[in-house]
Amino acid sequence: MEQLLQQIVNGISLGSIYALIALGYTMVYGIIKLINFAHCDIYMIGAYVGYVCMAKLGLGFVPSLLVSMLVCTLLGVAIEKIAYKPLRNATRIAALITAIGVSLFLEYTTMFFATANVRTYPPMTGFMAKTFKLGDVVISAQQILIAIITIILMVLLQLIVKKTRIGKAMRAVSLDKDAAELMGINVDSTISFTFALGSALAGAAGILVGVYYNSINPLMGVLPGLKAFVAAVFGGIGIIPGAMLGGYVIGIVEVFVAGLGYSMYRDAVVFAILILILIVRPAGLLGKNTREKV
Amino acid sequence: MKGILSAQFTRRLILVVLTYVIVQLLISVNIINDYLQATLTTICINIILAVSLNLITGFTGQFSLGHAGFMSIGAYTCALLILKDPTLPNFLLGTLLGALLAALVGFLVGLPTLRLRGDYLAIATLGMAEIIRIMFINMDKITNGPRGLSGIPRFVNWTWLFIFTVGTVLLIRNFLRSSHGRACIAIREDEIAAETMGINTTWYKVLAFVIGAFCAGIAGALYASYFYFIKPDLFGFLKSVDILVMVVLGGLGSISGSILAAILLAVISTLLQSFSEIRMILYALILIVIMIFRPQGLLGSKEISLSVFNRLSRLFAFEKEEK
Amino acid sequence: MKKYSIIFTLVISMLVFAGCSQTASTNQDVIKIGVNYELSGGVATYGQSSVEGIELAVEQINQAGGINGKKIQLVKYDNKSEPSEATTLATRLMTQDKVVAILGPATSGAFMATIPVANQNKVPVISGSATADNVTVDDKGVKEYAFRICFTDSQQGSAAAKFALENLSTKKAVIIMDSSSDYAKGLAETFTSTFEAGGGTVVAQEAYMAGDTDFNAVLTSIKGKDFDVIFIPGYYNEAGLIIKQARAQGIDVPILGADGFDSPKLAELAGAQALNKVYFTNHYSSVDSSPVVAEFVKAFKAKYNKEPDAFNALGYDLAKFVADALSRAEKIDGESLKKALEATKDFKGVTGTMSVDENHNVVKDIIVIELKDGKQYKTYRVTN
Repeated sequence: MEQLLQQIVNGISLGSIYALIALGYTMVYGIIKLINFAHCDIYMIGAYVGYVCMAKLGLGFVPSLLVSMLVCTLLGVAIEKIAYKPLRNATRIAALITAIGVSLFLEYTTMFFATANVRTYPPMTGFMAKTFKLGDVVISAQQILIAIITIILMVLLQLIVKKTRIGKAMRAVSLDKDAAELMGINVDSTISFTFALGSALAGAAGILVGVYYNSINPLMGVLPGLKAFVAAVFGGIGIIPGAMLGGYVIGIVEVFVAGLGYSMYRDAVVFAILILILIVRPAGLLGKNTREKV
Repeated sequence: MKGILSAQFTRRLILVVLTYVIVQLLISVNIINDYLQATLTTICINIILAVSLNLITGFTGQFSLGHAGFMSIGAYTCALLILKDPTLPNFLLGTLLGALLAALVGFLVGLPTLRLRGDYLAIATLGMAEIIRIMFINMDKITNGPRGLSGIPRFVNWTWLFIFTVGTVLLIRNFLRSSHGRACIAIREDEIAAETMGINTTWYKVLAFVIGAFCAGIAGALYASYFYFIKPDLFGFLKSVDILVMVVLGGLGSISGSILAAILLAVISTLLQSFSEIRMILYALILIVIMIFRPQGLLGSKEISLSVFNRLSRLFAFEKEEK
Repeated sequence: MKKYSIIFTLVISMLVFAGCSQTASTNQDVIKIGVNYELSGGVATYGQSSVEGIELAVEQINQAGGINGKKIQLVKYDNKSEPSEATTLATRLMTQDKVVAILGPATSGAFMATIPVANQNKVPVISGSATADNVTVDDKGVKEYAFRICFTDSQQGSAAAKFALENLSTKKAVIIMDSSSDYAKGLAETFTSTFEAGGGTVVAQEAYMAGDTDFNAVLTSIKGKDFDVIFIPGYYNEAGLIIKQARAQGIDVPILGADGFDSPKLAELAGAQALNKVYFTNHYSSVDSSPVVAEFVKAFKAKYNKEPDAFNALGYDLAKFVADALSRAEKIDGESLKKALEATKDFKGVTGTMSVDENHNVVKDIIVIELKDGKQYKTYRVTN
């Protein structure tokens, strides 16, 4: 029983990370129907910015978190303006290939400047280094932090999307871009804002991972990125609560597969879930089926 | 009309045979030494991969990110067979079997996933290739797991390379010229319109996918039997992207473009030998810049064979008449 | 006619060009040695470190007058950590650059990919760090032109098991293995067989993939079991995180590893206070007090301004080892060098005294390093 609880704790901290990344995928996909492959590399850049802030500049956790989110926001918007905007009316394949290009570019440019070697965050002190014991279940302060920050960010995001003007604009653009434009919505700035929000969350995820696992490298985004995408598809792509649900489900599934002694099949199981979901319910768990129009 | 066609055919045949003979001669007098031969092998394998992926992505419009997965099936099948019994017939059998197995997997995966559109398909194929790779890692008893297979006997030489490369290109070219091929192109142009025209879109998508997988299997077998060593990691996501870069660079929907890009990238890669990070950055930039400024690739959907090669072949035809 | 002449000129110029590149090589005053290493890509650090050691050694040899009056010239290429690239480069070094031997690659997979080329061209390839068992010998026999100067994974695995049984007096082991590397599998197999032959039991065997960062699930599931030592065959990147997460979960049994632990990154990843009761087998330790080691450490620091690691030491030994054989060889060619290499006996290197056995492996001691608060604290010697 303790083992089960402990695994759930492990799964939730892993799932929180996936959920944070998945939100970015889901928002961007919702609004311009593009799998932003570069998103997982923004997450990686976020981790590196956090590393520079904490290890080189000696900033604390909260300032580093904010700096990292800010840098990622700018990066996300810049990528959208430079690489994706010219292709807004091109074919889906062209846009997707560009996204892969941007992703490789970020990865290998980082590798060029920071080398492929693993970097480590400075050791945590004070509250951040504590662990708590509930019976036999061990929870670290970092795990609590990850869960809390994730939930705060998600609630904020939900508020922005549902209660603000710009959120309304985002929903309108994702529903019908042309109609939204006719209604006087500035589509360009709405799309930029979406990228900004998603990238900020990825930046936050990056620095949280850096603090939690203590190990970052230029290719760290690839696999979590794919899994986060699976999470987004699982919950129903374009749907914000779906991405959260998907993130937690994937995290917990992974932990249980590994805990049962099949850690070698962990990734295969995640991809199998993806293919299964795509075949059985392509719109995802929370999604509605839509009919394609000519 | 018939006469002209056959004259053209003869010219092409002469050109093809001539390419083979010249290279074979250069090899036998050691001007193309072992090192250049390895580059040549890479080029030929890349041509097969690029042309076959072009059939799926460029001509049929189905975005696959799992081509390396099919390649690995061919590579492992062939390697396992010739490791057991290193004879030439076994190598050929292994290549065929590898290609067939890859095609079978392509069929099984394609049937359900090809209902998906664009990006979903891309992700599904990516997931499939990852699953294949993880399977090879875990089938430790047979595949030696992540350690890979080494000491694979070499049967691939220029003759076999040439036969398989030309064979693949011809197979795909002729497929595209048939009514099936035109159906595939129709799907790329507009899937819904194609369906209304009575084209069984799922069937043709799966067909293109299976042929592409078959050829990738051949490429894998050739790789295994030339480079002595294979392991699952060689056939990861990056390999799939590598192939995709060739297709995109050459032109989505141009066979000669893919061939050209395969040669070009092999040359670039040799030149950038000692700067592998820069090579990847360059690849990335090529992808982005081409997509932004020339989304149809260098050659678009044009073929160059008619102008350049025809002139060349006319030259040789002329030579015959002179005698 | 015009076109003919153009083609004719082209063919002739190609021939001339090719001819030129063929004759440009042989220079009698130098001995060319190929360096085929992972200078970029996944395991670039191994390649780079090895090459640093090699270059230091060659510098010293040439300053001391070279080999029988001839200087060594290194021809260095980067195989990008890809086996197929290693094959291609080996071919290039042997057929175009006409080297007499090739040093590297560092990893077993890439090294093995160059062996068929070596046997075909009769040019020895020697690795400083390819530890997989089947590198120099397999069921088809000894690979004639392949040598190495490091111990094998099975020697290392059984040394770790002996150490666990005798020095740590432990009986129940859990293995957490990097299953994406041949290296870790080899270690795990021989550790298990030696440990069980010596009366111990392996309670559980778990696996992970290189690049994983979250081991909590696996650690939680072994926590419920009864064991007194953990063996982690794998590399420091993941081992550091496993140790950190294990200690955080309250698992405080001794942890044992192999030469893959050897990096300052291990302490950065795990945190100094987690690195107590951590032991690993290695080729060499800079806290070793023997004079050969001290001299090497001093020379290395003077050139590179840093503490040498095991790959530096192995690279250094590798170049000296080959130079030693070259000085004994009858002629400077591949076949004579091969014979000289086979005859090597009691060669004194930084990583130990080595003799080449009939399988082209070296016989030497294995060092076990104990870590205390993240620092190398004590060394033990285990003889297989």
